[in-house]
Amino acid sequence: MPTVGYIHRAFEKIAERRAFYQITPLTDRLNYCSSPINNIGWHMTVEKLIGAQMPKRVDYLRVIIMELARIADHLVCNSVIGVDSGALTGFVYVFEFREYIYEIFEEICGARLTTNIGRIGGFERNFSELAFQKIDKFLKDFPNAMKEFETLLTRNKIFMERTMGVGGINAERALNYGFTGPNLRATGIDYDIRVAHPYSSYEDFELSIPVGSTGDVYDRYLVRNEEIWQSFSLIQQALAKLKDLDPSIYHADIPAFYLPEKKDVYTKIEQLIYHFKIVMGETEIPVGEVYHSVEGGNGELGFYLISDGGRSPYRLHFRRPCFIYYQAYPELIKGGMLSDAVITMSSMNLIAGELDA
Amino acid sequence: MQNEEIKQTLITKFGEHVSHFEEPYGMLTFEVDKDNALKVLTFLKEDSGLGFTFLNDLTAVHYPDMKGRELCVVYMVQNIYHSLRVRIKVFIDIEKPEVFTATSIFETANWLEREAYDFFGVQFVGHPNLIRIMNVDEMDYFPLRKDFKLEEQTRKDKDDNMFGR
Repeated sequence: MPTVGYIHRAFEKIAERRAFYQITPLTDRLNYCSSPINNIGWHMTVEKLIGAQMPKRVDYLRVIIMELARIADHLVCNSVIGVDSGALTGFVYVFEFREYIYEIFEEICGARLTTNIGRIGGFERNFSELAFQKIDKFLKDFPNAMKEFETLLTRNKIFMERTMGVGGINAERALNYGFTGPNLRATGIDYDIRVAHPYSSYEDFELSIPVGSTGDVYDRYLVRNEEIWQSFSLIQQALAKLKDLDPSIYHADIPAFYLPEKKDVYTKIEQLIYHFKIVMGETEIPVGEVYHSVEGGNGELGFYLISDGGRSPYRLHFRRPCFIYYQAYPELIKGGMLSDAVITMSSMNLIAGELDA
Repeated sequence: MQNEEIKQTLITKFGEHVSHFEEPYGMLTFEVDKDNALKVLTFLKEDSGLGFTFLNDLTAVHYPDMKGRELCVVYMVQNIYHSLRVRIKVFIDIEKPEVFTATSIFETANWLEREAYDFFGVQFVGHPNLIRIMNVDEMDYFPLRKDFKLEEQTRKDKDDNMFGR
């Protein structure tokens, strides 16, 4: 019988003692390959609880950040499938671009891996001119590297023979096991939270959902590659939409929940009061229970939040896609070669940080 | 299909066993008594008109103040083709925290139930392998229950009143 391993960081317990804005750093550590998606997912959960409506510009900026994070996440996974089948070269090609994405995050929020990006109600500061320049540079250079990466692996006979028919699962079993994200779509089911339960104005965008058919390692690889191109197009669309909007807006007008800028806290009485109330937990939080999910790097990342009106959640539960679909691993590798077990695991995009919470 | 329709179908089928229908933030939520929880889950999954074939999440919540129904097992099932979600709650007595396992209906439930057992001590009757999943087997408490304090209780150097605890 497989075990997950004896580690537990008790995020759900710690969250019961923390103010809402202090929980964001905990979400960083779930799927740490795409922390911004987790952060923004949590912000949107709280915004749903308090009934706050975000301005369009905030939604689009969030889409840019989340899709960049998705590209970074999928790049790690797909290039590591290559590494585990003996092809190290592709890994080196695309990791340069993961680095560029981290530089964009660094420009926006100051952090790279555990980003703690944004605040409840928007972003902590507006995107700088340099951030947009970095995004533009990424958009300009990335397609070439990605095409090169695909040329290396996608129709490579050795890679195809190592991955086709390995670690496959059919759609019915995958659903029964609670698969979500690229792993589910590789089996042929077009379930994507961004389309099924749109959030952050995803309904404004043109997006197609790539699906596979056999659910094996090769299909998962192809689905992720195509999702990278879809994310790439989403970023371009979002940048185009930003042009028509007021460039000074980067947060919603909800002073009771949005942490004010530090310089205003020191100079304006009203901001000082709000800052004090938010930090000390004096803000009125509605009582209720809310579930919000986002399409994370590897599946449906859900936040089940029960609020009793207090400073911290009464109960917060994270639905971690990895923890749920990792159960299927014994079934996926049964009867295969030992080296196939390695490549199957890397193709599932299993992030240890999502196994416990 | 809308929430109201699902609600009426369930009431027609199960009568008083399903109760407390609510729609917090748009998600249909209701209670089932513990003996009928599996029947409701099976019905939601297998009835062709409903088609809730996907167990999205399973967790537990501890309400120490509610006598006789301290633990709540929360199931969330989903119809992925019509983007519908339903939340099902089963309240149980902490003295006898038993519900039937859903592993025969959803493979997903296996580890999720082990997690709920590990952290809340919910006994899932009929589970094939109900042992702790994250914590060591020797542990003799259930850490996510409200009576388990976050900080070590033997420490005397922190005054709780000072820290708003």
